[in-house]
Amino acid sequence: MSDVKPRPGDPAITPALIAEHGLTKTEYERLIAMLGRVPTFTELGIVSALWSEHCSYKHSRPILKTLPTTAPYVLQGPGENAGVISIGDGLAVAFKIESHNHPSAVEPYQGAATGVGGILRDVFTMGARPIAMLNSLRFGSLDDSRVRYLFSGVVKGIGDYGNCVGIPTVAGEIVFDPSYEKNPLVNAMCVGLLHEEDLIRAKAEGVGNPIMAVGARTGRDGIHGASFASEDLSAASDAKRPRIQVGDPFTEKLLLEASLELIKSGHIVAIQDMGAAGLTSSSAEMAERGDVGVTIDVTKVPTRESGMSPYEILLSESQERMLVVAKKGREDSVREILTKWDLTAAVIGEVIAEPVYRVTEGTTVVAEFPGSRLVTDCPSYSPPARESSEIAALRAADPSAIAERPEEKDPAWTLQQLLSAPTIASKAWAYRQYDSTVRTNTVVGPGGDAAVLRVRGTSKAIAVKTDCNGRYVYLDPRVGGRIAVAEAARNVACTGARPMAITNCLNFGNPTRPEVFYQLKEAVAGMGEACRALGTPVTGGNVSLYNESPSGAVYPTPVIGMVGLIEDLSHVTRATFHRDCDAILLLGEPGGELGGTEYLATIHGKVLGPPPSCDVDQERRVIDALLEAIRAEVVSSAHDCSDGGLAVALAECCIANPEHENGAEIDLSNYSALTNREILFGESQGRIVLSSSSPERVLAIAAKAGVKCARIGKVIADSNALTIRLPKGTVRNPLIRLHRAYHDTIPGIMARTPEHATFDELDPVAAH
Amino acid sequence: MKFGIVTFPGSNCDYDALQAITEILGEEATYLWHKDHELKGSDVIILPGGFSYGDYLRAGAIARFSPIMQDVVAHAKAGGPVLAICNGFQIACEAGLLPGALMRNSHLQFVSAEVRIRVENDDTMFTNLYDRGEILRIPVAHGDGRYVASTDVLDQLEAEGRVVFKYVDADGAITADANPNGSERNIAGIISEAGNVLGLMPHPERACSPLLGSSDGARLLESILARVAA
Repeated sequence: MSDVKPRPGDPAITPALIAEHGLTKTEYERLIAMLGRVPTFTELGIVSALWSEHCSYKHSRPILKTLPTTAPYVLQGPGENAGVISIGDGLAVAFKIESHNHPSAVEPYQGAATGVGGILRDVFTMGARPIAMLNSLRFGSLDDSRVRYLFSGVVKGIGDYGNCVGIPTVAGEIVFDPSYEKNPLVNAMCVGLLHEEDLIRAKAEGVGNPIMAVGARTGRDGIHGASFASEDLSAASDAKRPRIQVGDPFTEKLLLEASLELIKSGHIVAIQDMGAAGLTSSSAEMAERGDVGVTIDVTKVPTRESGMSPYEILLSESQERMLVVAKKGREDSVREILTKWDLTAAVIGEVIAEPVYRVTEGTTVVAEFPGSRLVTDCPSYSPPARESSEIAALRAADPSAIAERPEEKDPAWTLQQLLSAPTIASKAWAYRQYDSTVRTNTVVGPGGDAAVLRVRGTSKAIAVKTDCNGRYVYLDPRVGGRIAVAEAARNVACTGARPMAITNCLNFGNPTRPEVFYQLKEAVAGMGEACRALGTPVTGGNVSLYNESPSGAVYPTPVIGMVGLIEDLSHVTRATFHRDCDAILLLGEPGGELGGTEYLATIHGKVLGPPPSCDVDQERRVIDALLEAIRAEVVSSAHDCSDGGLAVALAECCIANPEHENGAEIDLSNYSALTNREILFGESQGRIVLSSSSPERVLAIAAKAGVKCARIGKVIADSNALTIRLPKGTVRNPLIRLHRAYHDTIPGIMARTPEHATFDELDPVAAH
Repeated sequence: MKFGIVTFPGSNCDYDALQAITEILGEEATYLWHKDHELKGSDVIILPGGFSYGDYLRAGAIARFSPIMQDVVAHAKAGGPVLAICNGFQIACEAGLLPGALMRNSHLQFVSAEVRIRVENDDTMFTNLYDRGEILRIPVAHGDGRYVASTDVLDQLEAEGRVVFKYVDADGAITADANPNGSERNIAGIISEAGNVLGLMPHPERACSPLLGSSDGARLLESILARVAA
């Protein structure tokens, strides 16, 4: 080991400085034990970043280990930059989801943009060309002007970044609920396509191989971004704005092309994004995976400004940078590729045999850790878990005890209210700002149950979707976790895809609170149950904790990013009715569970009751029956029943595609065991609305699969209405009213933003 | 026939253009690198969509100074066909190959949608397989697509039949709602005086397959083949 001494001018290591770096007393003691001495300021910074929740998963690792991660087609499970599954024909799909919640809460445009940039890099560092972006967003109520500022800023940030790089943004979901008001969630997912033989991993290998920094230069932005993401948001968060990175999608596009060319060239052995905790975490993680030592000289790192200290260079989160382990002797070839793309590449270190992580400033050693203990010695915690009695009481409440409002005598009123609830209403206002058709693979774009992308050179397509209902998870994390996976699976199945694998982004509150840790444990357990039953292993993901503001934690929101495979392009199925006189069928068990529904939240302002039950084996049978019917080519359209229940699903089938609206006549008069509101707005799971010109064959396929299926109506193209017969009365919904409620709500709200509907003209200070 | 597709740093529809030429036309296509002075014997040049140089300074403003643009301009001046799509249209205006300019969309947002455009002139090398008045469904995706020019230039363009496409609604009517970016007179595409440079904001290369929603753009590419090969 080297003699490591503080640099002149380093602050003294005091308890206050240690606390400022987010280390607990026990963690600091662990660090002393590892080093056998007091750390230097630089070393304290390194440990603060690597042992932050964001980098270390210290509260979630033991729980994540319970998730299933294998299948014969999984080529890369958790632990790499992204997961990878084989789709046959020598092709594979790389995909991952990641959060950028905290930065987006303070600086929505850059926060969201750099979230997109980071997840793109995670995918192309696997050797995959990105083919699609998705995003899962949560905001407070749009009635609040600051929420509108956050919403428009995040949407613009996502759009400007992805549009410029030229990757289509094709799907996602946006939910509005007061629980996210001070702490929006911004999760971005990227999907890439690669030839299996091009798969590359971020594992440092080969003693003597040079370590190179490529891409953009290192500046002073984003220092301690990882630690910022690992604490609660507060009034002081705004002052931490400099911790937020600034993105440059133009450089990202060049880096994307250069990186793919580098990987193809065979000049390198490993590549990793300098993402959270920048150079520090990328170099330490690559060394740990390869079980080798590394030495890095910070004076060799290309910087934007002079006078940066080792501490700043190591912890900068400047964007659009990569760390590469090149083959010895190929340094010039690497430089040549980067130069072609007008980017820099510099040798900054070397893979060494000595089991040590060493940082020098010229010849002076400024930080040194034994072996890979910097990564492996990070503590892991299993704090106490206990359900909040308040939430348990809410769950125990009986939703049927809530009296109907007088207006509900006319269920058409209720349906319009629900269709104009921002969570349900069309999100075209947002996704019209995303280029969804670049790269010319988008078969089904935003607005469907899932997006579908063709795989060129084959007859296949992949379907992708993100999903999570945080309200269900809040009321019952185990069931909510199951539903998140099951609904994502149902969504991709509705397009004709076999659900293959998931990535997940666990957005929770402060895990040191027993009620939050309970939610995390239970939700992951529920997800695991569903993943096992549906045969969709977890190939990676991200954990975002401390999503709390002074007004409390967000709803626990484990967002699922699902990838499915369609073997034959002719089986791609859409959500909306499109053929006159088709029969309409309901596949799955009829039911009318009202607990935790959008109906209760929107119409009654209540969040209570048990969320809908979710039998994962039944979900599997429903999906199997659906896919069999689609493959038998007897399904015209398929749409999942979710938020807002059967009535909303039917309305969406009629009017979600404004270019091709269709009326329908529905007869639910024999569901007399249920009340009208249960039939129309209950959110029982495992249900799909189908249209078909061969209903008998659909019924036969369902019967053989042991799944209930009922013929409930007929598409009547020119009837201009959705008419539903109920056990008590008939409700007639003119399409024009449904259309207005669904399509005009969000544009209307955003237009009423006093300062203007666009982010550019919103003043963040005034918006406070 | 050989198509040369220019790749500027930040171009991102070069791949789509190349796929459309090779898959739909079955013709030879090659990328042309912005730093080169080499058109590789291309008969037709495509300036593709994307964000050349990040659209920094102003869309297309830096790309026009790329080395390859000297050769593209010389090719155009000699009567060689140039198809300038989206960012390519912006670059062609900046380079003086086409009159007018593309400004920020009037609503200030990026717009990605399928729009309808009407063929205003079916007697060009890019539109000879369409009928005048025909309505095409075609995607747009841009933040700076509002076509502007002086009234004199606009009048002249219209008088000379050089406005090739206009944004229209489903019934073919020129309305403000059908205009995705606030372009003057709903102009979606114009052609040069000599008739060999077409600039348009919509993406014909993205509308070449029924699987992707529309194949109305394919005939634009086929028109070039029909006319130039003839």
